[in-house]
Amino acid sequence: MSAQQALIECAGITLGVGEGAGARTLVRELNLTVRPGELWCMLGANGVGKTTLLHALAGLRVAQAGGVRLQGEALGRRSLAQEARLRGFLPQLLHDAFSASVLEVVMMGRYPHLSRWQWEGEGDRDAALGALAAVDLQGFAGRDVLTLSGGERQRVAIAALLAQDAPLLLLDEPLTHLDLRHQVQVLRHLGGLAANRGKGVLMSLHDLNLVARFASHVLIFTADGALLQGPVAQVMTEQVLYEAFGHRVIKVEAAGQTLFVAE
Amino acid sequence: MRRAVLIWLALAAAAVAALGIALLSGSSRILPAEIWQGLVDPGQSLAGDVIGKLRLPRALAAFAAGGLLALAGALMQVLLRNPLADPYVLGFSGGAAVGALGAMLAGLGAVFVNLGAAAGALAAIVLVFGLAKRDFARQQLQAQAAGALDASPRLLLTGVILGSGWSAIIALMLTLGPEAKLRGMLFWLMGDLNGVDNWMPAMAMLLLVVVLAYARARELNLMLRGEIVAHALGVDVTALRRRIYLLASIATALAVTTGGSIGFIGLVVPHALRLLFGNDQRVLLPACALAGGTLLLLADTAARTVVAPMQLPVGVIMAIIGVPSFVFLLMRRRT
Repeated sequence: MSAQQALIECAGITLGVGEGAGARTLVRELNLTVRPGELWCMLGANGVGKTTLLHALAGLRVAQAGGVRLQGEALGRRSLAQEARLRGFLPQLLHDAFSASVLEVVMMGRYPHLSRWQWEGEGDRDAALGALAAVDLQGFAGRDVLTLSGGERQRVAIAALLAQDAPLLLLDEPLTHLDLRHQVQVLRHLGGLAANRGKGVLMSLHDLNLVARFASHVLIFTADGALLQGPVAQVMTEQVLYEAFGHRVIKVEAAGQTLFVAE
Repeated sequence: MRRAVLIWLALAAAAVAALGIALLSGSSRILPAEIWQGLVDPGQSLAGDVIGKLRLPRALAAFAAGGLLALAGALMQVLLRNPLADPYVLGFSGGAAVGALGAMLAGLGAVFVNLGAAAGALAAIVLVFGLAKRDFARQQLQAQAAGALDASPRLLLTGVILGSGWSAIIALMLTLGPEAKLRGMLFWLMGDLNGVDNWMPAMAMLLLVVVLAYARARELNLMLRGEIVAHALGVDVTALRRRIYLLASIATALAVTTGGSIGFIGLVVPHALRLLFGNDQRVLLPACALAGGTLLLLADTAARTVVAPMQLPVGVIMAIIGVPSFVFLLMRRRT
């Protein structure tokens, strides 16, 4: 695979929710390309369409117009399992009704790599344990997921996504419930996957400072429905952020970093 | 994998032991040596007759019905993502009961009671599927992704409401039915394996459902973590939901047709096995078939021996075992 081949491409996609009088168009004619080595963050107010876009890219909903291509092939042309080897998705809401060990849940990420009758082998186990270590959950393999805290459960879900080992990672607010240290740790790991292993990452995030520090590119949803995208330094300006959130943000250079402070 | 095989072998050994106990117990004393003779050459002696024509068919029918119910319960719990689901939660047994009791009221023979039960169960299955069609349609996942109501509660509510409808019809039948027939009707409702000799359809279905469910066991594991997660990992959730519904409902229909609506097996067995062996469906589903069969076989043996020569409905024995075990499970869940 050439370094420049797109992992995922949207060509003029339009997405809406609701029916009839309650229908709203959230995303209008978006063109977006995520390439290997890029870490994209989506910024925008609640309900602006970040999750809807991620769902469309993950094949959970069909765009009203335009098309999505996963590594050059339109979504739905490959089998679901083939697509799952090319793209991983971390949904926003997790709910466990039944107990299972942490290792079992992380090992589920290996599903697309195994055939119907195959059981997980040593390699899958190693991948799962490695993924657990990456989210700082060594020693949790035998714990029941029902006994975990919200942040720990979220990290287990991230570990399952890492164990899936897809070239493209889509994450819907992956830092939910995570404490400061683990927020930074997860983002650093994702950044490393992009920089060193040529993965592409696209996620929604609310912390402007973490976005400024870890993202290579941003996609910003403004309140009037415009979508701005590009390298972080160019797009994340005080004016754009004001248009996105309807709240003044001041950009400060301090401690060698770019910081955004809410007014 | 090795662990799974060991678990299955242990449960299979328990099943064989239970079968031995079932064949040995009863009003006419039969020696272990006579069992073998009865199995190979049933026509030779009275003992052979009792074994080959009475105890063995009934034992195999009990095993098959128990296995089917436990399997159907485990599948329903995955389908509805609800630990409290059992094979009857969607009202299939209600439909079967209306069919069976209807045949009894009409004064028809045992064959027609079974046919009535099968027809009633099928009617209930088709009705729930038709009404909850949207939950099995392709758009469901998209709707759920958009934050709509989770599929499972709606399907569950549809089944529960239809179930109460069936119950009302059953109550009406019991009220209007002639006194002489009430006893038989109540026995059927509690679940009763007395005089059952046709075990083959249930056993064949048990084997089929185990194989077909096992083939999808890994997908079921993913479904338990959520349909969106399963989809993202490459599971065709819509097709899988239809398949589980079909397998669980057919298994329930055949079990109920064989032995009436025997309760608790479908709820207690999957939960007990989960506590013992974990919740990997690849291990759990075959284990449910074996353990469910063994438990019902033992319960039925007790039902026909504890107050012999009288026979208890096996459903009563199951309830006596089932209620305390389930209360225990609920208490345990809280901690």
